[in-house]
Amino acid sequence: MNAAQPFAQLTNATALPWPQVPDLPVSRLLEATAAELDRGARLCAWFGVPEDGATRLAAVLAYDADNVLAVARSHPTSGSYPSLTPAHPQAHLFEREIWEQHGLKPEGHPWLKPMRALRGGAPANAEFFRVEGREVHEVAVGPVHAGVIEPGHFRFQCSGEEVLHLEIALGYQHRGIEGALAGGPHRATQVQVEAIAGDSTVGHATAFASAMEALGGGEAPLRAQWLRLIALELERLANHTGDIGALAGDVAFLPSASACGRIRGDLLNLTALVCGNRFGRGLVAPGGCRHDLDTARLAEIGERLDRALADAEQACTWLWDAASVRSRFESTGTVSSKQANDLGLVGLAARACGLVRDVRYDHAAGWHRFAQAPVAVWPSGDVFGRARVRWLEIQRSGQMVREQLAGPPEGGVRDAAPEAAPDMLAVALVEGWRGEICHVALTGPRGEIRRYKIVDPSFHNWMGLAMAMRGQAVSDFPICNKSFNLSYCGVDL
Amino acid sequence: MNTAVSFLELPARLAAWLLLAPLLPGIINRVKAWVAGRRGPPLLQLYYDLARLWRKSVVMSTLASPGFIVGPAVAWVAVAGAALLMPIGAAGGALSFRGDVLLLIYLLALARFATAWAALETGSAFEGMGAAREVSFGVLAEAALIAAVLSLSVQSGSTTLDAMLAPSAWPGAVLLASGLFAVLLAENCRVPFDDPNTHLELTMIHEAMVLDHSGPPLAVVLHGASVKLLLFAVLLSEAALPIGRLAPGAGAAALAGSVLAVTAGIGLVESFMARFAFRRVPLLLTAAFLLCLFALVLAWKGGAQ
Repeated sequence: MNAAQPFAQLTNATALPWPQVPDLPVSRLLEATAAELDRGARLCAWFGVPEDGATRLAAVLAYDADNVLAVARSHPTSGSYPSLTPAHPQAHLFEREIWEQHGLKPEGHPWLKPMRALRGGAPANAEFFRVEGREVHEVAVGPVHAGVIEPGHFRFQCSGEEVLHLEIALGYQHRGIEGALAGGPHRATQVQVEAIAGDSTVGHATAFASAMEALGGGEAPLRAQWLRLIALELERLANHTGDIGALAGDVAFLPSASACGRIRGDLLNLTALVCGNRFGRGLVAPGGCRHDLDTARLAEIGERLDRALADAEQACTWLWDAASVRSRFESTGTVSSKQANDLGLVGLAARACGLVRDVRYDHAAGWHRFAQAPVAVWPSGDVFGRARVRWLEIQRSGQMVREQLAGPPEGGVRDAAPEAAPDMLAVALVEGWRGEICHVALTGPRGEIRRYKIVDPSFHNWMGLAMAMRGQAVSDFPICNKSFNLSYCGVDL
Repeated sequence: MNTAVSFLELPARLAAWLLLAPLLPGIINRVKAWVAGRRGPPLLQLYYDLARLWRKSVVMSTLASPGFIVGPAVAWVAVAGAALLMPIGAAGGALSFRGDVLLLIYLLALARFATAWAALETGSAFEGMGAAREVSFGVLAEAALIAAVLSLSVQSGSTTLDAMLAPSAWPGAVLLASGLFAVLLAENCRVPFDDPNTHLELTMIHEAMVLDHSGPPLAVVLHGASVKLLLFAVLLSEAALPIGRLAPGAGAAALAGSVLAVTAGIGLVESFMARFAFRRVPLLLTAAFLLCLFALVLAWKGGAQ
């Protein structure tokens, strides 16, 4: 890329003065974005920034191979703009969201309807894509599910047992988090950020803290960065183990299902040992971490981690060795790597399709600059692939945490939270256990948060689940769903 | 009709069937819990559940006709009637007559029809899917059951359950037992055909059909299912072992032990095996059918009687 590029470059967890972000006419921004996406860039965030009664479009792109991010914005605009989605399906939900939030209509969008649909009633009451035919029947699942899970509505178009199309309607847990963060940070901000997706508390809190630190032009103390890495990887270990158990439970394979549920608890308890909360609440804050690890607890975590990982290995070995499980997992819910790339999948769902995408590696920030695990990739794109990537990451994250526990850096864990500079744009990416968590913070003239954009990995990946179900048996939906295990509240925001 | 059966014996046998049946799911769950290292639910959990459901009121869809309630009742009566036809060791069946085996098969089919009918009454997509699955897999399971019964009939030269189930332990018994065990798992919605523990409507077969039932009708459905499980366990035991040839006391003990072993076997299968994808279920049921068919060939050509 050269200086004539319409995008300004920056790296993960850094900031750029807002006036230095290239300000392009809308059509130019769209052309340039489409061209970059064609070149292999990935859309991390595509959102609106309200200004003087109009809206600026802003784009955050990631060049994974170049380890760099790029940002640009449009002139304030209103009305409509030509949609990116027909040529670049990864923009699909982003454009629906902008239409919902700012009323900017993407002309030519193939399926324009509100993304969260709360003003017009419940999301399930919206219009759904329908397949016509005498033998086609519709199955509606949710928003209230049989298990204790989050609310979401799934509408299947089936021909017999075969799913022709699945449409997913979310929004039941819309809390207005992005709006609540504007004007902040407030007293409640920390708690709100940790509640974006409760199972990714450390991931979102770290992204928020990194963004705030970048806005202030600083960085957390090294020991805090080290502790964040450990907490993030513990979160990954606990969730991956729980997911493997849940996958086993969905195919009624009890040995692994029973064991993994317990081991997940053991791993969550390690996070509790760090900060007193099993989900890592209250640990990560702008400026560092609120808790430190003393030598005794370091040793105890190491010891308990070894035991939990040994148990997990046993439980997973049962799973991989069972032919009945393999026959259920293999070739179920397949997403091709081309589809995954077009849809902009991130995280383990993308890696299970053979795409090498890992923020910890591609856009290393914090302690991940010093400690890296090999990226876990599996080519098959099916439920087996997603289960397998989880297992590889359990092994590699476990190894990484072990190594890090052995050599903690010296120093304190918390500095005073840096004052955010006015008119700055910061981008922070964190590889949460599901995938790329993207936080974009823009400050106003007094250094207050003017616009805060959150992109949970689930935002990118829900469409992947819908594609995975095409041509599948409807009875395979639960196991496909579990293999992605996406967040509802992370999308509902 | 066997007039030797006294008037008291019939109700006593019926009571024994109805009272003992809910024990089986309890045993299966204990076995599964034991394998998983959990304490598991009480042995008598199903009894508690039935008592609780019986005290509850019924929630009924405004779309459903009385068939929604009648269906489970008919199915329960049919299964209980089928149970009365089953001989208990040397004591024979409570009701026994020539060709009673045909009635047994028809009663089981009637129970399936009534349950599917009640499911369709709700007009729900889940129930419709469940009924469609139950009926399509039922066709295959029924074929295997008929082949099994035919082989017993050829083997014993009789169409009376008493005579058919008494001898056994012939070379084909192993084939027959394997086939019938698969049929038992399929007919009673156990792993690998169905998952009795699942809460996922989209993957259910039998459970999906009764999702909308509540209160006493649900209790009737659950109880009927346990009687059906006991019936199949008894059928399997007597088809494979010469229990009818033993003295009544020894026969009863052998039958109880065998039923217990079958039940524990179900628990072990569920502990160590994942369920199949639906597209593979017909393969396993066809295999069960073939096993029973080979048993038939063996009975026919093996110079039985």
